[in-house]
Amino acid sequence: MYKVRLWSVRRSRFMEGLYNTVNPAIIAVLKGITKVFGKKLDKPITAAEAGLKGFLFDCQMCGNCALSKTGMSCPMNCPKTIRNGPCGGVRPNGMCEVKPEMRCVWVAAWDGASRMKDGDAIKSIDFAVDHREKGTSTWLKLAREELAEDAK
Amino acid sequence: MIEEIQDAETLGTNPGDPLPQLPGHVSHGRFERVLRAGHFAVTTEIAPPDSADPDEVLTRASLFDGYVDAINATDGSGAHCHMSSLAVCAILTRAGYSPILQISCRDRNRIAIQGDTLGAAALGVCNALCLSGDDVGAGDHPEAKPVFDFDSVSLTRTLRVLRDESRFLSGRKLDLAPKLFIGSSINPFVPPIANRADQLAKKIEAGAEYIQSQYCFDMDVLKDFMSKAVDMGLTEKAYILIGVGVLPSARTAKWMRANVPGVHIPDNIIKRLEGADKPLREGRNICVEIMQQLKETAGVSGVHVMAYRQEKWVKDVVKRSGVLDGRVPWSPETEELN
Ligand code: SF4
Repeated sequence: MYKVRLWSVRRSRFMEGLYNTVNPAIIAVLKGITKVFGKKLDKPITAAEAGLKGFLFDCQMCGNCALSKTGMSCPMNCPKTIRNGPCGGVRPNGMCEVKPEMRCVWVAAWDGASRMKDGDAIKSIDFAVDHREKGTSTWLKLAREELAEDAK
Repeated sequence: MIEEIQDAETLGTNPGDPLPQLPGHVSHGRFERVLRAGHFAVTTEIAPPDSADPDEVLTRASLFDGYVDAINATDGSGAHCHMSSLAVCAILTRAGYSPILQISCRDRNRIAIQGDTLGAAALGVCNALCLSGDDVGAGDHPEAKPVFDFDSVSLTRTLRVLRDESRFLSGRKLDLAPKLFIGSSINPFVPPIANRADQLAKKIEAGAEYIQSQYCFDMDVLKDFMSKAVDMGLTEKAYILIGVGVLPSARTAKWMRANVPGVHIPDNIIKRLEGADKPLREGRNICVEIMQQLKETAGVSGVHVMAYRQEKWVKDVVKRSGVLDGRVPWSPETEELN
């Protein structure tokens, strides 16, 4: 939801804190779940992630979540899906070149990042997304990566 | 030097027969030579024809003879269909010009772009400019599918991988890497203005070796941006060329400001055009003045003159501005390499 999304970016520092505490907890739980159930619960877990992040950030489930690096503003809402933005077309009032009724997600991102503890993360380059991961859960990906790490 | 001149004459005019690559240079091109030699560079933009006629490209390029160091070939700018930038560049290299291949992320995915980059280098192109690209909705085919597999930063990095690591993104090795001088763009004049220098830093970190900016009609904003860039050490790492334009009338200026994404024209410029007896002449005066101020601005390595439908005036403004300091850039008629 556009309004909630703007709200989340305005409270980027709070959301960052929340994210930093909740995310590891979710991932820890998911590690347990995937150990027991394998891939059986992937669908509902993915749906839960899509629902929660969709509500808060208008998450598009790209499967390459970068929220913590983009001021809590989801870059996949950019009509050009720019991951290191903004483009040069931003309107003088900060609205999007393509959708004049939407605040440029990257104007929001730099603004959000300026309030975050780890806001400088926005300055690091985010390479183009892996399109195979569209629609998949970033939570499950992180959980499985951690499991693989643990197994090493 | 004599050898170099002979090389330029005998070799520089055939695709695949570029100039010798100088030590410390990444490309064989003349544009890189001009910048690395410390000259104030002048580039411009060619409007690609809506035609399959190669002569039309050469006719349009000849308008700039002796006044520009490189010519940008736009890639479907404004999301309008024209002759492709790759083809325009190939035609220009054949005549010995030094074109800049603009690559936009809008129309091609990473497979097509990497292939085209190799092809361009094989055809003698020495410069590439990485752009995100305009939205399809702005053009004459709004029903087209926008691709945007990359953004300009990922694209820049990809070209560096091709050139410096001699491999595709997939890891597959190239037999010969494309020797390209790689650039990207910046627009310091639109929000988030406070972060535009940070974004410039990202583009340079991704691998941009030169930058061409959007139109500058506001020296105050530009000076702030450049002083940040200088303080951050960015002008040591990349050559910054600032875009300038020729406005033919107050009406066009207002139209551009309202309709062309990313164009910022302050009210004082519009007022000047409105108050002028000869607005066309005044538009060129404004351009000349801005160029002269840019030449004196720390960290600025050149200007990029964008004069869409005003191409015939490029020579005039460059000449009157004096930014070339008497230097005569290469053209097909030039006997000597500068
Ligand atoms: S203005 Fe912002 S949101 Fe719109 S296309 Fe450009 S970067 Fe994306």
